[in-house]
Amino acid sequence: MDTDKINSANVETPSADSAVEQKQEASPMVKERKFRTPPKPNTSPLHGLWALTNRDLRKWYLNPIQLLISLIQPIIWLALFGKALNFGTFIAGSGATPAQQNAILLSFFGTTSYFSFLACGMLAFIVLFTSAFSGMSVVFDRRFGFLNKALTTPVARGSIVMGKILQSVGRSLVQAAIVLVIAVVLGMDASHFTVLGIVGAFFAIFLMGIGLSALFTMLALRSADWQTQTAIINLINLPLLFASNALFPTKIMPTWLQDIANVNPVSYANDATRQLLIGATNMPNLLVDFSVLIAFAVILSTIGIVLSWRFLSK
Amino acid sequence: MPTTQNEGMNASKIVKVENLSKTFGALKAVDNVSFEVYEGEIFGFLGPNGAGKTTTINMLTTLIKPSSGKAEVCGYDVFKHANEVRRSVGVVPQEYTADEDMTGINNILLCADLYGMPRSDSKIHAEELLELVELQDAAKRKVSTYSGGMRRRLELACGLINYPKLLFLDEPTLGLDVQTRTAVWRYIKTLKEDYHMTLFMTTHYLEEADSVCDRIAIIDHGHIIKTGSPEELKESVGGDVIVVSVKESEPDISSDIAQIKLVTSVRKNDSTYRIKAELGEEASPQITDLIRSKGLHVTKVSLTKPTLDEAYLEFTGRSLREEEVDKLQMFRQRVTMRRARS
Repeated sequence: MDTDKINSANVETPSADSAVEQKQEASPMVKERKFRTPPKPNTSPLHGLWALTNRDLRKWYLNPIQLLISLIQPIIWLALFGKALNFGTFIAGSGATPAQQNAILLSFFGTTSYFSFLACGMLAFIVLFTSAFSGMSVVFDRRFGFLNKALTTPVARGSIVMGKILQSVGRSLVQAAIVLVIAVVLGMDASHFTVLGIVGAFFAIFLMGIGLSALFTMLALRSADWQTQTAIINLINLPLLFASNALFPTKIMPTWLQDIANVNPVSYANDATRQLLIGATNMPNLLVDFSVLIAFAVILSTIGIVLSWRFLSK
Repeated sequence: MPTTQNEGMNASKIVKVENLSKTFGALKAVDNVSFEVYEGEIFGFLGPNGAGKTTTINMLTTLIKPSSGKAEVCGYDVFKHANEVRRSVGVVPQEYTADEDMTGINNILLCADLYGMPRSDSKIHAEELLELVELQDAAKRKVSTYSGGMRRRLELACGLINYPKLLFLDEPTLGLDVQTRTAVWRYIKTLKEDYHMTLFMTTHYLEEADSVCDRIAIIDHGHIIKTGSPEELKESVGGDVIVVSVKESEPDISSDIAQIKLVTSVRKNDSTYRIKAELGEEASPQITDLIRSKGLHVTKVSLTKPTLDEAYLEFTGRSLREEEVDKLQMFRQRVTMRRARS
């Protein structure tokens, strides 16, 4: 305390003398002691959105370890689930003729290759798990003050939320693309691939990613506690995965689970990707899939933006 | 400093606060506070943790909504015209908000983007600001390699990127070592003197308020207790302060002490008497004699001429004490202090 006081006395400038002294000391630092005339700022409601999105994306693509892990993870899942848990081998062991086996597979999965069926499910899976953590960075930004900093700027509150959603969707799409490439390498049936089909499939995943990221982001809007957030993620994302047609077709599920799977947006994304990539289907049609997914994305991101006006600041 | 008296009436008010309150549940964090900040001055909010300083700053910087009352910043209502307020002020929060994974310059540019400043300008302005806070050599390094003082200076640069008229600084020197603290004070004064900015800062360092601020408001338990220049506050303490400690469990003889001619007031806290007297040197032996004559034991005597510490004690009734504040705020403060020392 005492040394502080002595020091503070040194910097104090009550007299004209010391003020002059200070000017002399400081003047070589900046030639002209005046800021330029401020430019006209961009006041569009979307300003800052890309800056916020890119801030989070950079952390991912500029960090080689994180990037590598996020790329390896889907490969491990594909290999484990797709190759170890292969229904084709179960049925082959039943003693049925190859033609009968194919008929069974076709009736259950809409394709003779369970691996191809599952690969499409894995696309949704990787998006689901990446989206689940989109809220996490809101928690950390709140915890470490960046959120407060952003809230003192005129950036739209909705942009803060949309930035989180878009960065998570951006990562998801890149990871999904890698999953698809690996899946083909590992033996996914690529005979039905068309450019339009692939674009459509990724559009379906994109919509699902928007909706899911919005959901997880809005759950994190008020939270500064990462343990709770992790618990919420685990509570929601596994049921979302298993109560969908990602791993198994809904028709082998009990009816109550079928009902849940039929309202689960993940099922619609899977159905769309299966129809577009491997020509398989077990639910109505593409139009329904896309209508549900568009509604899901629009409604949830709208709710997210509206909640951000109210709940991002106290 | 001396200027406040003269400019007090003429200078225009850049912050006007009327009966501002904020309640969190049952807690009245800020209770019916009114004050003004004049253009071109350094205004300090002085008080212990949990006094309501940060809550007030958060309301003025549009982070939280007031429960009642009115606040105008740069001519805009903080509630109705939040975006205009955000555009005209700069904020240097208590925490280190810079992104550690990014370089110093990229952090400033990110802030510029959030303010919607065109890149053509913000690139030049960022360089100017880095020069101002003497960080140009570290600009291209990741913030995770910065020391506490460098981080604080970077925060300052970020807060200036939108050419604010008014800069809010929340505990700008929390946890910093003496040299960095002095440097931060120098920047603050440069901004006032050379760039004619208005600065609004909170602090719980008395010497900081004393040496940096033109006017101070002492805030405690959500109330503003006293406003004035450091000199005025010191003067208003009145005479010398004599602190006499006695053995615990001994009877309170405040009323007897108050009978002594030179003594103007007596207050007892636990086993300590805080006595104000006109001539401390003469009064103190009289007081100790009196206490001894009652058969009681004096364990410690001290005599102080008024400082801002004394003013603070005088107005709040206790020294700067740690108060229970909300968990998140404490966490952030600990993080800030830890990083400041890194």
